[in-house]
Amino acid sequence: MAKTTAKDAQDLFRALRSAYAATPTKLKIIDIYVVFAIFTALIQVVYMGIVGSFPFNSFLSGVLSCVGTAVLAVCLRIQVNKDNKEFKDLPPERAFADFVLCNVVLHLVIMNFIG
Amino acid sequence: MSRNLGFLFLILSLAICQAAIFEPVSDKHRSAALHLFRPVDGSFGSLEESYESLRTFEILGVKKFDVSQSTCPLVVKTLEASPTCSKDLFDALRVNRILRCEVEADIFEKIASKLQTGIREASSLLDFYYGVGSLGLIKEQSPETNVQLSDASTTFHSIKSLSQSDGRWLFSFGSVESSTYAAGTVHPGLALETLAGVISLASSELDQSMIGAVKSDIVKLFDSTERYDDGSLYFDDKLLDTHGHQGPISTTSAVVRGVTSFSAVISGKLNVSYQQLLSCSLACLLAFVVLCEMTIKFLLPGELLPGDKILGLARFFLGIGVPGNAKDLFTQIDSVACLEDNKISIPLILSLPATVLSLTKKDQLKVKVNTVLGSSAPPLTVKLVQAFSSDKKEIPVLENQKLNVDPESSDHSLDILSSNIDIGKYIFSFRVVLHESENKKIYATGGQTQVPIFITGFINVDSSEISILDSDLGSIETKQKLDLSGKTSLSLSANHLQKLSLHFELTTPHGNSFHPHQVLLKLSHESKVEHVFLVGNSGRHFEILLDFLGLVEKFYYLSGKYDMQLTVGDVAMENSFLIALGHVELDLPQAPEKAPRPPPQPVDPSSIYGPKQEIIHIFRATEKRPPQELSLAFLGLTVLPFFAFLIGLVRLGVNLKNFPSSALPATFALLFHCGIAAVLSLYLLFWLKLDLFTTLKALGFLGIFLLFVGHRTLSHLASMSTKLKSA
Repeated sequence: MAKTTAKDAQDLFRALRSAYAATPTKLKIIDIYVVFAIFTALIQVVYMGIVGSFPFNSFLSGVLSCVGTAVLAVCLRIQVNKDNKEFKDLPPERAFADFVLCNVVLHLVIMNFIG
Repeated sequence: MSRNLGFLFLILSLAICQAAIFEPVSDKHRSAALHLFRPVDGSFGSLEESYESLRTFEILGVKKFDVSQSTCPLVVKTLEASPTCSKDLFDALRVNRILRCEVEADIFEKIASKLQTGIREASSLLDFYYGVGSLGLIKEQSPETNVQLSDASTTFHSIKSLSQSDGRWLFSFGSVESSTYAAGTVHPGLALETLAGVISLASSELDQSMIGAVKSDIVKLFDSTERYDDGSLYFDDKLLDTHGHQGPISTTSAVVRGVTSFSAVISGKLNVSYQQLLSCSLACLLAFVVLCEMTIKFLLPGELLPGDKILGLARFFLGIGVPGNAKDLFTQIDSVACLEDNKISIPLILSLPATVLSLTKKDQLKVKVNTVLGSSAPPLTVKLVQAFSSDKKEIPVLENQKLNVDPESSDHSLDILSSNIDIGKYIFSFRVVLHESENKKIYATGGQTQVPIFITGFINVDSSEISILDSDLGSIETKQKLDLSGKTSLSLSANHLQKLSLHFELTTPHGNSFHPHQVLLKLSHESKVEHVFLVGNSGRHFEILLDFLGLVEKFYYLSGKYDMQLTVGDVAMENSFLIALGHVELDLPQAPEKAPRPPPQPVDPSSIYGPKQEIIHIFRATEKRPPQELSLAFLGLTVLPFFAFLIGLVRLGVNLKNFPSSALPATFALLFHCGIAAVLSLYLLFWLKLDLFTTLKALGFLGIFLLFVGHRTLSHLASMSTKLKSA
């Protein structure tokens, strides 16, 4: 029983990897970017767990900077993905411009808050 | 009848408020004069100062300084320069009158003739004053010089024409406004002195009606006197607006000089011949009738003013005491000297060498009556009209006693021991009765004089005892005799259910009860908490009962040793005492929870100036920081995902093939990336040192630039991709 479960899981992962291999490179880049941002945020959370949250505004700035940019990257990915019919008429360049603008505003606030 | 009664009441009320002692001029004034007028380099300074010093010493009879060596040359120089009708000349002549410098007779002749012309041409009252005054002085110093005023009547008229209906005198003929000093008013005293001088210098008789008019002016002037409660009269300069020195002393002094010199010359004229005497008496009688109507005051025939007014003025000058500055001392002494031998009435001053009399020492009540300068009075008797205690004013203690005269010292004394007068504060009223009826017209005694007097003596303290009583039964537990005159050291003990009783008797030498000003019992605890109790009395018995049950709260439940102190004191009591009685050991119950705490004892006042306690500032403790190594390790750790990201990109085979190849789009693309880098660097600067406003301004410009190049780049890329699709 357990063997079949492990095999099923292996099959599932394999199917997932093969399906993901078909994803366009542009989307993969965004995915790596999101993972990078999330990991950076995680490292900061771990640091806070070890030493305490004393400069709390700095901690919040660091974590929210990462999380915020990850969320914006996810939004960019949704807009750029050709399978999403809603954004069919939206050129990917326009989506990228939005992403840049939102990041500029986000980081202005972050820098103000970092102390 | 009722009017008479009212008048009597007025006199009595005036007499009652005159409870004050005035002392005639004495050695105190002499030592003050020697202290205040001190020659510097053999001279007193200017001629005016020299005159004031010399005149004061002349009146007081002090012959200590000889300043003629230095002052006479100044006098002769001023006389030779002979300015007409000036203050300098007047002062020089005044000084010369006292010093008698050697001045040649023809100098006086020259000055006199110049002054006579000067007076004829004079236009202001001060010119008249100095001119006439100087002539009078020349007349005195050089009798052979002709100083008579041929047109005295005209001069008198022109001076009199300066007088105003309200009692003021104009400064000169030109000045119409008499209300202010600036417009020129001169003190009436100066004007009167000038008029007196004119009369004495007149070659022919003056019109008596003119003199009568001046007399009525004087009476009018005395209506503006101010009065103190002690019966002294003075003139306020606010009403009369003096020329020169301001203040009531100099104002009153000017009036005194003017009035006395005027009365001196008119009475001098009276003595010239019988005919003149008769006419003048008639005029005076006439004036008297007029005055009686005007003032409704009692006047003797021929008197210019009632003696009481002169006495009031004398009291004012003596009431000053010994003035502290030279000007006031001169003014006081000069005025008093004018009053000493004036022709109106000579004031007699009743004074007492001592107002505190001891029954133990068998002191006698002594009274002196002198003139203002301290010379002896004519034969007279002093009567003690009444003496009453200051507490019980309705019952007089002594009445109608005649004081015995000591023929040697001319002191009047009364043996108060023989009379039944007891210890206390009294008010004695005296009346001076002159023996000869002639003297009654010459001297002013001023009715009754009231003087406060203390009679002191030894108070007997008897049957003093202290006892502790049981509260419920009132039975005596301990009882001890006390010797309040000597040393006592009691040692008592009591609890809160008992009472402490202190009892003693006070009697005067005459066996009457005596109630001192202070009778206090003080209990003081070891911790310096003090309680003061007033000891009440009924007649001669003084008693206090301390019920400790009612006092426990007041004592703050403090058990232990209380020191007892008894105070009995009064001004009239010669044996006032403050003695420590000993102590009482009190056993009081424990203090309940809400009992009041004893108040903090007053701190030593010297400790206020000691150093204050140091102020320690408490700062917020710094937050605990992690070790630096850990922080640096995590900083490195955050860079790791970035490297992983880069590796991931390389693994995906990312390339820059889509970067625009033609020149213009490539430049825009490059500028776009540089713009983003610039924005990020700006953020870094904002974090490190810039403020929000500078950052926003820079971001505005960078943003517009970024928008422009970004738009160009991205639209180029979009057009490229559509081209690819369509191809």
